[in-house]
Amino acid sequence: MIAFLKMKIVMLARSRRRKEAETRVSVPNTRLLASAATLLLLAVPPSVHAMHISEGILPAPWAGLWYVVALPFLAWGLRDLRVRSQQTPFFKPMVGLMGAAVFIISCMPIPVPTAGTCSHPCGTGMAAILIGPPLTVVITSIALLLQALFLAHGGLTTLGADIVSMGVAGAFVGYGVFRIARRLGAPAVVAAFLAGMLSDWATYAVTSFELASALHGGGSMAAMFAAIAAAFLPTQLPLGVVEGFVTAGAWRFIESRRPGLIECLTRPHGGRA
Amino acid sequence: MKKVLMIAGLILLLATGLYLGLRSFHGKWSGVDETVVEKFAEQAGRPAREPLINTDQGDLLLFFFLVAGAVGGFVGGYYFRELFPPKGNADTPVRGVPRGDNGADRSVRVTSRGDS
Repeated sequence: MIAFLKMKIVMLARSRRRKEAETRVSVPNTRLLASAATLLLLAVPPSVHAMHISEGILPAPWAGLWYVVALPFLAWGLRDLRVRSQQTPFFKPMVGLMGAAVFIISCMPIPVPTAGTCSHPCGTGMAAILIGPPLTVVITSIALLLQALFLAHGGLTTLGADIVSMGVAGAFVGYGVFRIARRLGAPAVVAAFLAGMLSDWATYAVTSFELASALHGGGSMAAMFAAIAAAFLPTQLPLGVVEGFVTAGAWRFIESRRPGLIECLTRPHGGRA
Repeated sequence: MKKVLMIAGLILLLATGLYLGLRSFHGKWSGVDETVVEKFAEQAGRPAREPLINTDQGDLLLFFFLVAGAVGGFVGGYYFRELFPPKGNADTPVRGVPRGDNGADRSVRVTSRGDS
């Protein structure tokens, strides 16, 4: 009887400790959040110009075509969200965190002294290696839609093209590079660096292609593509390297703080397919 | 006091660096959409149109960017706290994630399919 009571007390104490711990996790630290928000307020400038293709630049057939290209990826991502949220309980918070990160990163212009211009990283390489490329397309689409609607950044007619360049190209190139680098035996941090860097460059390469294909008129599309890509180079080459370091840093941080997260995200049946 | 002096020193260093850097460098700091995208679009006869909701008027865009930054920061911070509890609570289970900094403790629930 005494043993039974002892066991009951231990179980009650354990249950109480677990409840307390879960409460501590779910209640956000307001001081930390306030600090983060203040930093962001200071970091975000009044006027932002970057890679997004502005309203009206693409002729209607081209704008429509890029929407058609983007839609299947968007549908794939939404299906992926439903399936993986059922499989992995922490998945939605991870998607929320990545969504906020991509939104903020993609509207934060960084001055590049070598070119005297500003441009923004994309964050899609980082998101792709953590939550997978289809879902990265979804969060990128939401970020781009909000920016087009409220921040005079990009456009609604050019949203499809922007989703394809930043969401589809950035995410799939980043993810592909990461997987290939890992298969070749590269350490995860190096693979993450390459994923971040090449996803950034891929985004701008595809933007160049979108512009050249729609605007080359009677001239050579290849020549226009080369000219636009070359104009992007002085800004994007260094910025891609910065994005690589940011991606590698994010990977290293998660690996050191919550290795279980990465294990869950990357294992075949619980994580990415 | 030591911390205050260190922070003040860093701010001074940053301000001096920025002052000297911006004085000696004559870049316009325009975005690549202006220097690349819109430049090529104008050359091709497709200049950018005004956005459907044009918030780029006076300080309105500044307001929207501040709101977007604040909301994005709070959302990111909220989920960050949920996924990465403070170090003191490192053993606190995150739903579905093996606990422990080394990820070795598999005794907690991992509810992913096929691994419960």
